[in-house]
Amino acid sequence: MPLPLKYNFRNVRVRWRSTLSTILGIALVVSVFVLLRALARGIETTNSNTGDPRNILVVRKGSQAESGSMVSREQFRTLRYFDEVARNEQGEPVISAELVLIISVPRGTGVGEANTLIRGVTPSGQELRPQVKLVKGRWFRRGKREMIVSERLAGRFTGFEIGGTIKAGLDRLTVVGHFDARSSAFDNEAWMDADEARSIFDRDQYSSILLRPRDQAAADAIIKRIEVDKRLGLRAEHEVDYYSKQTMTAMPFKYLAAILGAAMSIGAVFAAMNTMYASVAARTREVGTLRVLGYSRRSIVFGFLIEGTLLAILGGLLGSILSLAVYAYVVVRKVQFGTMDWQSFAETVFQFRVTPDLMLTGIAFAAIIGLAGSFLPALRAARLPVISALKSL
Amino acid sequence: MGNPDVVTIRELSKVYRQGEINVTALNRISLDIQAGEFLTLMGPSGSGKSTLLHIIAGVDRPTSGECRVQGIDVARLSESELADWRNQNVGFVFQTFNLIPVLTAFENVELPLLLTRLRGKQRRQQVDTTLELVGLADRKHHLPKQLSGGQEQRVAIARALVTDPTLIVADEPTGNLDSHSAQEVLGILQALSRNAAKTVIMVTHDPKAAAFGSRTIHLEKGELVA
Ligand SMILES: Nc1ncnc2c1ncn2[C@@H]1O[C@H](COP(=O)(O)OP(=O)(O)OP(=O)(O)O)[C@@H](O)[C@H]1O
Ligand SMILES: [Mg+2]
Repeated sequence: MPLPLKYNFRNVRVRWRSTLSTILGIALVVSVFVLLRALARGIETTNSNTGDPRNILVVRKGSQAESGSMVSREQFRTLRYFDEVARNEQGEPVISAELVLIISVPRGTGVGEANTLIRGVTPSGQELRPQVKLVKGRWFRRGKREMIVSERLAGRFTGFEIGGTIKAGLDRLTVVGHFDARSSAFDNEAWMDADEARSIFDRDQYSSILLRPRDQAAADAIIKRIEVDKRLGLRAEHEVDYYSKQTMTAMPFKYLAAILGAAMSIGAVFAAMNTMYASVAARTREVGTLRVLGYSRRSIVFGFLIEGTLLAILGGLLGSILSLAVYAYVVVRKVQFGTMDWQSFAETVFQFRVTPDLMLTGIAFAAIIGLAGSFLPALRAARLPVISALKSL
Repeated sequence: MGNPDVVTIRELSKVYRQGEINVTALNRISLDIQAGEFLTLMGPSGSGKSTLLHIIAGVDRPTSGECRVQGIDVARLSESELADWRNQNVGFVFQTFNLIPVLTAFENVELPLLLTRLRGKQRRQQVDTTLELVGLADRKHHLPKQLSGGQEQRVAIARALVTDPTLIVADEPTGNLDSHSAQEVLGILQALSRNAAKTVIMVTHDPKAAAFGSRTIHLEKGELVA
C-alpha cells in the first residue's frame, strides 16, 4: 500500500527552496532538449516535403548538387522522348528542364545583401511539384520578365513584395505572385521561366532535369538507362533521395540534441540525486516512524521515487514553457533562422515549431531524469533499519 | 487477577556488537504482561528500557530468547509480515511525537488506517472518533507546527490508537512535555488501560508518571530488579 500522494506533493512543496536549483537545472536541460529537437524536426519537415517519391532528378554525372550541374538542351531533348517518361492529358511528357542560379538580393532589414536561389522552370515544373501553391498574385508569364517568390522569402528581402523588382543581369525582374511550398526547400526559392532565365543570365545550359516516370518499373528502368548510357554523362536518382542528401543539415542538430541532451541530463540526474539524498537525510526519522506504523520498505522506495519524479516533472513543465516562450518569440517577431546551405551557398530558411508532443517528450525526459536521480536515495531510505532511523535526529 | 497474558518474555537477551566489544543491552529477561495492564518501565539511562520496548513492539529483534505477543513469536516474522503485524497490533508513542510535519492532525491519525481494509467514510469516522477521544476534534485540520507539544502528543496517541491495537507502547511520552500536558497524556493512557482494556507499556524516568501505572518494573544493566 503506497503512501498517499498528497504526502509526496506537500513534501515537494515544503522543500521548494532547497529543490529550486534542481528544478531550474532540469528546466534548462529540458528547454534546450526541446528546442534542439524542434530545430531538427523543422529541417526534417523541409526535407520530407521537398522531394516527391514519384519524381526523378537528373544532373550531370559527378555533380553533387543541382547548382553545380550542367545539362545541355540536346540532352533535355533526348530525355523528353524516353518512353519511360509519363505523359499528361495533353500528351506532353512530364519533364522539366531547370536552371538554378544564385543571386544577391538586398535584405529586408535594409542592411546588406544575401544570396537567394532563382529557379528557372519549364511548364511541367509546376505539375511536378504540387506542394508549391500560389497564394497571392498570379503565375509568371513567359517573356515578360516576371517571377514569383515564396511568401516566406518575400518578408525577408526588399523587392520581393508583389510589384517589386530586383536587378537580374542587365534586366529587372518584376514579382507578380507569392507561393507557399509547405515548408519545403522550395520555400527558399524564386521561380521564373527556364529559357527566359537562360537568356537573362546568359547561360547556354540547364542545371538539372526533373521528370516523372510512368510507374515504379519505369523509374527503375530510366535510372538504369541513364546510368548505363555513357554518351549522356548524366546521373538520375529519386528526387527524395537527392534532397535527403542535400539537407543532411538536420543531422548535426540531432547529434547535438543527443550529445548535449545526454551530457546535460547526466548533470541533471546528479543534481536530482543530491537533492533527494538531502531530502532522505533530513527525513530519516520520519521514514522510521512510517515503518513503525506499518509502511513497507517498498512503499518508502515508491514515496521517494514519486517525489523525485514529481520534482523533475515540475522542472520539465517549466522547461517546456520556456521553450514555448522562445518559440512564441520567434514566431511573433518573425525571426527565422538563416543557415548556410553549403551546397548552393544560398541562404536558406527553415522554420522550427515547438509542438505539444515535443513538450510532452521533454516532460517525459524530465521524469526519467527524476526517476534515475531518486533511485539510489530511495533505496538508501528504505534500507535503513527501523531502529536506527528512529534514533536519528 | 484472572487476565490472560498478552506478552510473555522468556530468557530474552539483546547484545549489540560494536566493533570488537559486545554491549549487552538486555540479559536473560523473563517477564509476563497481562491484558489491560498499565506497566511502567523505569531504570537508569542505558539500562535497556528502550531496547526491551522495541523488541516487544516488533521494531527490533532479540539476540536470543523469546518474546511472544498474544502467542506469536514476533522475532520469527519476516520483515514485511512484521510491518503488517505492527500496523495491526501495536500503537507506538514516541518521546519526540514524530508526527509527519506536512500532514494535518487528521491526516496523521489516518496514516496507519490507510494500510487497513477500512474505506472512505468508515475510515474518516474512526479518525474523528479517535481524535475526539483525545480531545482534539476541533484541531483536526491543524498542522503539527500549529499545535502545542501536549496537543502533538495527544495526536500521536490518537495515531497509535486508531487501528485499535492490543498493545500501546510509549517511550518516555512525557519527556518533552510540561507537567500539565504530561498529566493529560498520562490520564489518557491510564484511561485506555482501565476503560478500554488496552495493554499499555510505558518507559519513564519520572516516578510521578510511573504512579499512573498499575505496575512498575525496574531495569538495571539489562536485568530486571525486583
Ligand atoms: N544500536 C546500538 N548499537 C550499540 N549499542 C546500543 C545500540 N542501541 C542501544 N545500545 C546500547 O544498549 C544499551 C541500552 O540502551 P537503551 O537505549 O535500551 O537504554 P535506555 O534504558 O532506553 O536508556 P535511556 O534512558 O537513556 O533512553 C546502552 O548501553 C546502549 O549504549
Ligand atoms: Mg531509551
